[in-house]
Amino acid sequence: MRAFRKVTGLVAPLNKNNVDTDQIIPKQFLKSVERKGLKAGLFYGWRFTPDGREVADFVLNLPQYQGASILVTGANFGCGSSREHAVWALDDFGFRAIIAPSFADIFRTNCFKNGLLPVVLDPQTVHRIMERALSGSGYRLTVDLEDQTVTDKEGLEARFDIEPFQKRRLLEGLDDIGLTLVYSAQIEAYERLHPVPFFMEEQTN
Amino acid sequence: MSSKTLFEKIWEQHVIVEEPGGPALLYIDLHLVHEVTSPQAFEGLRAAGRKVRAPQRTFGTLDHNVPTTDRSLPIADPQSARQVEAMRRNCAEFGIQLFDLGSREQGIVHVIGPELGLTQPGMTIVCGDSHTSTHGALGALAFGIGTSEVEHVLATQCLWQSKPKIMEIWVEGELGPGVSAKDLILGIIGRTNVDGATGHVIEYRGPTIKRLSIEERMTICNMSIEAGARAGMVSPDEKTVEYLRGRRYAPKGRAFEREAERWLRLATDSDAKFDKSYRFRAEEFAPQVTWGTNPAMVVDVTGKVPDPSSFADPLVRAAAERALEYMGLVPGTPITEIKIDRVFIGSCTNSRLHDLMTAAAVVKGRKVAPGVRAMVVPGSQQVKAAAEALGLDRIFKEAGFEWRESGCSMCLGMNPDILKPGERCASTSNRNFEGRQGPGGRTHLVSPAMAAAAALEGHFVDVRTMKIEPIEQL
Repeated sequence: MRAFRKVTGLVAPLNKNNVDTDQIIPKQFLKSVERKGLKAGLFYGWRFTPDGREVADFVLNLPQYQGASILVTGANFGCGSSREHAVWALDDFGFRAIIAPSFADIFRTNCFKNGLLPVVLDPQTVHRIMERALSGSGYRLTVDLEDQTVTDKEGLEARFDIEPFQKRRLLEGLDDIGLTLVYSAQIEAYERLHPVPFFMEEQTN
Repeated sequence: MSSKTLFEKIWEQHVIVEEPGGPALLYIDLHLVHEVTSPQAFEGLRAAGRKVRAPQRTFGTLDHNVPTTDRSLPIADPQSARQVEAMRRNCAEFGIQLFDLGSREQGIVHVIGPELGLTQPGMTIVCGDSHTSTHGALGALAFGIGTSEVEHVLATQCLWQSKPKIMEIWVEGELGPGVSAKDLILGIIGRTNVDGATGHVIEYRGPTIKRLSIEERMTICNMSIEAGARAGMVSPDEKTVEYLRGRRYAPKGRAFEREAERWLRLATDSDAKFDKSYRFRAEEFAPQVTWGTNPAMVVDVTGKVPDPSSFADPLVRAAAERALEYMGLVPGTPITEIKIDRVFIGSCTNSRLHDLMTAAAVVKGRKVAPGVRAMVVPGSQQVKAAAEALGLDRIFKEAGFEWRESGCSMCLGMNPDILKPGERCASTSNRNFEGRQGPGGRTHLVSPAMAAAAALEGHFVDVRTMKIEPIEQL
């Protein structure tokens, strides 16, 4: 997995609560058997009109937010479907961190698995960042995982919480499966005590 | 001191190791896999030269992306066909049992797990699908995971999990006639909001929940994710045991009796503590209809489309305005005056035999309104066969409904079953997000009886005002 240490970048504001993963990437892009190339589908229904033209005033189409690597948004971002394609699409589009007052549980886990940092800040701080990003003057932030801080040049310095386990994984870019296989002996011991609970019989079809 | 919830008992029995101050490594008893969220996981295994650790605990089905029309024909969409082929190849290569198209066991992953007796009380169950919460109706800890976690479970049969909090939703009293489990859960989500249970596992409790059948409990647990909870559960009781008796993969004979005793002991102890509690009376719930673009945007069928200016919070108001614009609705419109174009009875929320029986009772001897296109998509081939044995297919077809093969179908519209832009649908599924049932499509979530009633009248009606003869099970 790609490690995350520190990112400084342009901030794109998506000022909505409850952005669901159907909006982040609609179903027609889930037919792929690959993780790559999903940026084409990111926020497809909001970025494009039904006949495929760009929606001029959608935030990611505005010239001042091109190249943004940090997304600031409302509460419960990533709710709904478990599709990891949502994270792959955000990542493929160039986002490295997302700042919100809260995230949906499955989406947040999916972020951690892909080196995309979900940063939870209190609603007032998110509001300040949102206002500054909405001003459209090339507002930039630095997200530092080591220090657990979000800072800007206008004096903002906010601390965020993260589980030590996730922090270490992200800083070192650790492979989860490799980490787990260290416990193979314990898993085997558990399996010896807990046989497969399914009654097996001849297949009938 | 030793009083525990169902969740705590299952959790403790599955911890392999615990990182100090961090997550636990949980053993996973059952892993269900489908064609849409697994190809990248299998690819990851292949790239790293890894095997599936416990293929005998892993089962696959084809459901999300499959046509619900004639199964003898090839899949027309080349991308869908490729995904289905990839699933077949992956299951064959890694030694996983696949309930393929054409098998008698094929169906929606959350319908077939319980139906086949794979889902059992006390198990940890995962699937790359957020509605895995459904299986909690049998007293399992079941939750949705992303594709990276699918790969992790395939490779290790374990998952790193931080311990969630536990929320109690207690319901007592009688649900009124015509008010279903779907109305209850929609009403609860309307009151607790779409993120009310984030970070929690919900246990549904109380006399009303106890009286619900296992299928009705599945409808409730299914929509836990729409309240933000990764899992929903109901403590096992005699109904759970009777539901599982004789199911194909359930234990048999003396082993079954021994397991049944163990299952019953998993039930939450009477004085166990919860992190958060909600209490509701069943009588306060009427048939529900969603008006907006998330499941908490819901009102009683006797209500009206709300006025966005009635919401104080500017973001909530803006979301309501956007939702009404997308839905093409005017504030103050009575719900029963909203006309519909399509009806979808199906999905992992409401496609089981009881759901189809309730809808068929409404439909029997009546006709679908002119201009409305209505379809029934049974949750599994077994549900379809059981419904046909009861003659439900004839009731639906004679009324003008289409009777389809099993799959997820128009719940998420990955297959050709989609709404056209602007079309309005009464749907028994679980999500009314923008574009969910097709770009520009407008979804109203309702119960099976309410969907059937809307099909007959061409607009929403309060199903409680109709004269309905129940259909008896054989």
